[in-house]
Amino acid sequence: MKIMVCVSKTPDTTAKISFNAANTEFNSAGVAYIMNPYDEWYALVRAVDLAKQFPGSTVTVVHVGRADSDQIIRKGLALEANDAVRIDADPHTALFTAKQLAEHARSKNYDLIFTGKETIDHNGSDVGAMLAEFLDLPFVSYASKMTVAGTTATIERDIEGGVEVVEVKLPFVVSAAKGMAEQRIPNMMGIMKAKNKPLAVVPPVAFTDKAKVTRFELPKAKSGVRMVSADEMDELVRLLHSEAKVI
Amino acid sequence: MSEVTNHSVLKGGAFIIQDSVAAETFIPEQLTEEQLMVKQTVQDFVRNEIDPIRNDLEKQKGNHNVALLEKLGELGLMGTHIPEEYGGSGMDTNTNTLICDALGPGGGFTVSFAVQTGIGMLPILYYGNEAQKQQYLPALVAGTLKACYCLTEPGSGSDALAAKTRADLTADGKHYVLNGQKMWISSAAFADIYIVFAKIGGTKFTGFIVPRGADGLTLGAEEDKLGIKSSPTRQVFFENVHVPVENVLGEIGKGHLIAFNVLNIGRFKLGALCLGGSKVVADSAVKHAVERQQFKQPIANFGAIQFKLAEMAIRNFAAESSQYRVSQLIQDRIAVLRAKGKSYADATLDAAEEYAIECSILKVAGSEALDYVVDENVQVHGGLGYSEEYGAARAYRDSRINRIYEGTNEINRLLTVDMLLKKAMKGQLDIVTPAWAVQKELTSMPSMTRPTGLYGEEKAAMKDFKKIILMVAGGAVKMQMDGKINLEKEQEILMNVADMMIESFNMESTLLRVEKLRLMEKEVSQEVYEAILKVVFADGTARMHKFATDAISSFAEGDLLKTFLMGVKRFTKYPAVNVKNMRRQIAGAMIERKAYCF
Ligand SMILES: Cc1cc2nc3c(=O)[nH]c(=O)nc-3n(C[C@H](O)[C@H](O)[C@H](O)COP(=O)(O)OP(=O)(O)OC[C@H]3O[C@@H](n4cnc5c(N)ncnc54)[C@H](O)[C@@H]3O)c2cc1C
Repeated sequence: MKIMVCVSKTPDTTAKISFNAANTEFNSAGVAYIMNPYDEWYALVRAVDLAKQFPGSTVTVVHVGRADSDQIIRKGLALEANDAVRIDADPHTALFTAKQLAEHARSKNYDLIFTGKETIDHNGSDVGAMLAEFLDLPFVSYASKMTVAGTTATIERDIEGGVEVVEVKLPFVVSAAKGMAEQRIPNMMGIMKAKNKPLAVVPPVAFTDKAKVTRFELPKAKSGVRMVSADEMDELVRLLHSEAKVI
Repeated sequence: MSEVTNHSVLKGGAFIIQDSVAAETFIPEQLTEEQLMVKQTVQDFVRNEIDPIRNDLEKQKGNHNVALLEKLGELGLMGTHIPEEYGGSGMDTNTNTLICDALGPGGGFTVSFAVQTGIGMLPILYYGNEAQKQQYLPALVAGTLKACYCLTEPGSGSDALAAKTRADLTADGKHYVLNGQKMWISSAAFADIYIVFAKIGGTKFTGFIVPRGADGLTLGAEEDKLGIKSSPTRQVFFENVHVPVENVLGEIGKGHLIAFNVLNIGRFKLGALCLGGSKVVADSAVKHAVERQQFKQPIANFGAIQFKLAEMAIRNFAAESSQYRVSQLIQDRIAVLRAKGKSYADATLDAAEEYAIECSILKVAGSEALDYVVDENVQVHGGLGYSEEYGAARAYRDSRINRIYEGTNEINRLLTVDMLLKKAMKGQLDIVTPAWAVQKELTSMPSMTRPTGLYGEEKAAMKDFKKIILMVAGGAVKMQMDGKINLEKEQEILMNVADMMIESFNMESTLLRVEKLRLMEKEVSQEVYEAILKVVFADGTARMHKFATDAISSFAEGDLLKTFLMGVKRFTKYPAVNVKNMRRQIAGAMIERKAYCF
C-alpha cells in the first residue's frame, strides 16, 4: 500500500498567542513549533501501523512549508515514515495548501491519503476535503477507527451523539481524529535512521489564492465569576438578561 | 554526530593555567537537529509517562520504577552510551549529556535511571570480560534486566575501601562465599543483578556480579528517607552467599578501579541531571510569580522576587555552560583515543579520567545550584511551596541527596585539589612555572590601565582569577614543602582552593558561552546574556576575594601575608556593576515569556 500523510506545523500548545500591530499576522517570535498533534498522533501513527500490516507498504510524509519545518518532518521520519516531501511554499490558506498537496499526489497513485482532523492553530478542518475534491477521491472525515481488508476500509466516525460506520474503497482521503492510534514517542533507532531517509524539496505549483486573512482577533479575556446567592433569583435573571444578554 | 572541534585541546585541570577560546567551546545552543529530537523524545517521556504518576511513584505504589525503566529501554534511551555490539547505539557524549539534562525533571526516578545506566551497567562495560558483557549488557540496555550497585556499608561510606564485606574461595575453587552487609543500596528492591564489592580473604578488594535470589542474599526494610522517595533504598545482607568464580568482575584486588573510575562518569551525569531538574524548577518559579497576585499585582513585580528568579537563571546558566563545555571536551578526547584504536568503552573511561577534576566540579556546582533553586522556589511559592500537594516541596526534598552521594561534595572538593596537585607532581600539568610567574608579578608594579576590547574586563578578570588560584595553592604547597603546614590536616584551605576552582571554571564557561552567543541568532537579546555574565563576574569576584583571603590568612603571616593580601586585591579588580538593574533585566526576560528561557 502506498500511503501519504499530510502533516502541518503548529505552535506548541503552550505558546503565547499574539499578533503584529496591525493584527494581520501571527507573531512567531519565541514560539516553538510542533507537528500538528492530529497529524502526528493519529494520522501518522495509524499509517505506519497499517504499513506494517501490509508488507511492502510505504508511508510518505508530505508538508507544505519552508526549511524551518525540516525538524518536524524529520520527526515524522523518526516515527518510521519511509520518506518525505516538502513543498517549498508558505501554506497561506487551506485551499492553497490542499492544491499543492493534490498536485504532488496526482501522479503518485497513493492508495490512501491521511490528514489530521484539523490543525490546532486554525482549526479549519478544510484541507482534507479540498484535497479529496481536487483529486476527485472520496473523503471520510473525523475517523476515529479504521481497518483495511483487501481494497476496502471500514471506518468509524464520531458524529453528534454516536458513531457512524462507513465502508469505502481505496483510494480515498481520510482525516484522523482521536482514537485512531495512540501517541507514540520516537525511539533512538527511529531518530538515528531518520537522518538518512530521503527528504525531497520540491517547488510549489502556481496558484492564485481565492481568500486571504485580513485580520486576527484574540478571544475576549474571560471576566471573573460572579456568585449570586440562591435566594436572589430575581437578581440572577436581571444579570442574565441585561448584563450577559443571554436571555 | 561526533565531531572534533577543539584544536588547542584543553587538558584535564589545565583551565587554571590556560585560556580557552569561545569559538572552540561547545555551547548547548549548538545542539543539532537530531539531538534536539532526542531531547524532545526524553521530554515527551517525562510528560507522558512520569508526570501523570508522580504521586504513586512517590508512595512507591505499584511497580512504576520497573515499568518506566522498561519503557526507557524500549525507546532505546538506556543504551545511547553503550556500543552497538552490546545492544546500544553508541551515541556521542553531547547526546548523552542532553539525555540526562532532559530527564533531570524526572524526580526520584532519575536515580533508578542513573543506577541502571551508570553504576549498574558501566562496571560491566568497562571491566567485564567478553562473556559477561554479552550476557548482561543487551538485557540491561533493553531494560529487561535491572542492576544495582553495592559499595557502601554501615561502617564505610566516604571511606569506601574500608568495606568489611568479605569473599572466600571454596575448597573446590569453584565459588566465592560472600559475607557482610551493604547499606543505602538504590534499586536493590527490584534489581536482578547486584554489583557487589567485597574483599577476597579480607584484603583484596574485588567486584562481583551476584544474581538476585542467590541463597543467603536478603534485603532490609525500605528506608524512610527525606527525599527521592520514589527510588527504593534497601540494605543488602550476604550470609554465605555462593557466587561462581566466573562472576568475578575485573581483576582480583582491582575493585577500587571499578569503584572509582565509574564515579567520574557518574559525577558528570549527575551534574547534567541536576541541571535539567533545576531549569524546570526555575520555570515553575517564574510561572508562579507571574500568576500569583498580592497587593493587587503579580509578585513577579517585586524586586525581591525578581532577584530570586534572576539568581536561579544565573546559577543554572553558569552550571549549564560548564556542563556542555566539559561534555565536548570529553567527546573530543574520546574521538582522539578512538582514532588511536581504543575501543568505545576504553576511550570513554580514559576520557572521563582525564577530566576527572572537571567531573567533580560539575557534580558540586550542579548539585549546589539545584539546591539554591529548589530552596528559593519554595520561597517564591510561599505557603504553597510548603504543601505536599504541589511540586515545590518534593523538588526541595529530592534535591538534597545530590550533595551526598556519588562522593559527598566535601569529598569531591578535596578530590578536585588533590587531583590537581597529583597531576602537577606527575608532570602532567605544569603549574609550577606559571605559579612562579605570579610570585614575580606580585613584586612588580601593577598596571593601572583598564583592559579594552570585547569582554575585555571579563577576560582580564579571568586571567587574574587563575593567578589567585596559583598564588594561594602555590603558597600553601610551599608552606607544606617548608614543613610549616600539613595540607592534609588543613582541609579548610583545600576547600577554599576547590571553591576558587569551581567558581573560576563556572565564570570562564559563562564568558565563553556569552561571547559565542554574540554571533548567533537567538530569542533572548544578547544584552540579557551580558547581564548574566556581568552578575556572574561581579559576584564571583567577591567570592574569589573571600576564599583567597580566608585561605592565605589561614597559613601566612607577617610580610608574606601582606604580600598575598595585596595580590588578592590586585587580582580582584573587576569593576562594580549595577547588579540590581541587571538582575531585573534577566528576570524581566523570563517574566515577559512566563518561562525559563535560557
Ligand atoms: C538515598 C541514598 C542512596 C544511595 N545509593 C547508593 C547505592 O546505590 N550504592 C552505594 O554503594 N551507595 C549508595 N549510597 C551511599 C552514599 O554513596 C553514601 O551515603 C555517601 O558516600 C556518604 O557516605 P556516608 O553516608 O557513610 O557518610 P560519611 O562518609 O559518614 O560522611 C559524613 C560526613 O562526613 C564527611 N566526610 C567523610 N569523610 C571525610 C573526609 N575525609 N574529609 C572531610 N569530610 C569527610 C562527609 O562529607 C559528610 O559530610 C546512597 C546513599 C543514599 C542516602
